[in-house]
Amino acid sequence: MLELLLLAVCAGILVSGLLAVCLNNLVAAMVSSGLAGLLASVTFLLLAAPDVAMAEAAIGSGLTTFIFIYALRHAGNGEREP
Amino acid sequence: MIYRASVLFAVALLGLIFLRLAGGYAERSALRPLAEHYVSQAPLELGVSNIVTGILIAYRGFDTLGEVAVLFMVAASVGLLLRKEEAGRKYTEEGRRKPAGEIVTTGTQVLLPVILTFGAYVIVNGHLSAGGGFQGGAIVASGVMLLLLADPGTRVNAAALSVIESLAGVSYVAIGILGLVLAGGFLDPRFLPPGEAGAFISAGAIPVLSALLGIKVGAELSVIIDRFGR
Repeated sequence: MLELLLLAVCAGILVSGLLAVCLNNLVAAMVSSGLAGLLASVTFLLLAAPDVAMAEAAIGSGLTTFIFIYALRHAGNGEREP
Repeated sequence: MIYRASVLFAVALLGLIFLRLAGGYAERSALRPLAEHYVSQAPLELGVSNIVTGILIAYRGFDTLGEVAVLFMVAASVGLLLRKEEAGRKYTEEGRRKPAGEIVTTGTQVLLPVILTFGAYVIVNGHLSAGGGFQGGAIVASGVMLLLLADPGTRVNAAALSVIESLAGVSYVAIGILGLVLAGGFLDPRFLPPGEAGAFISAGAIPVLSALLGIKVGAELSVIIDRFGR
């Protein structure tokens, strides 16, 4: 049961990571990479490492997404480099 | 075309590295000798219930100090790099900055006290349950982040936070030196009595160090967020 759940969450990490790379809308890509961090923290929790999961959830998915979005606001309209 | 090819090449190289890593992986049935030592000795030596915090603050205290120093350098350089454009932007930006919608504002009013209380709980209970200074500080900073999202006009008092953060850092090192004088070495928390395992006041100086770490990390991350939010 735990293995199945872990596999599902890891598949979610892969999918959201791919979306973060492939999406053309930069805000959606940032939210997607934050989702990858959140799912990674779920993985840590399932593997019985709650301390790491807490740090990952707060820093990896929360603060990083915020800083990316503010950096985007400073940098401009979000056009992709070719 | 060359761009695409070089990206694909880099991804293939990364995949090769991870393939080698994953290929040599086998699940262990027993702990490594060092981990075994920590798991069996940490509750006895330090009186700490959460072994991870014990390792982070006592056995690997110097590493933690280095981590916090790196975070301090990041906060200082972010402040330095983002300060330049401040004077020019002040007037143009103020006009088009408007608060977030009703849902985010109300949600922030409900959630912010809960988030800050939870952060403080995680910081002070680091030696008993999962968490500790680093995690709790990050949670407090994410509360500050929510505040800035709800009302972008809010300003964090960066000068006061810098003073608080420096005081926490100085006290951290001072307690470390106290450990050097009164107990086994630098950042040795055993100069205070270990107390009863599982009690709130226990584990020597670990709760004090954890609280100082939480204050320092929370203040540093808040300053970084505030700099980006401008």
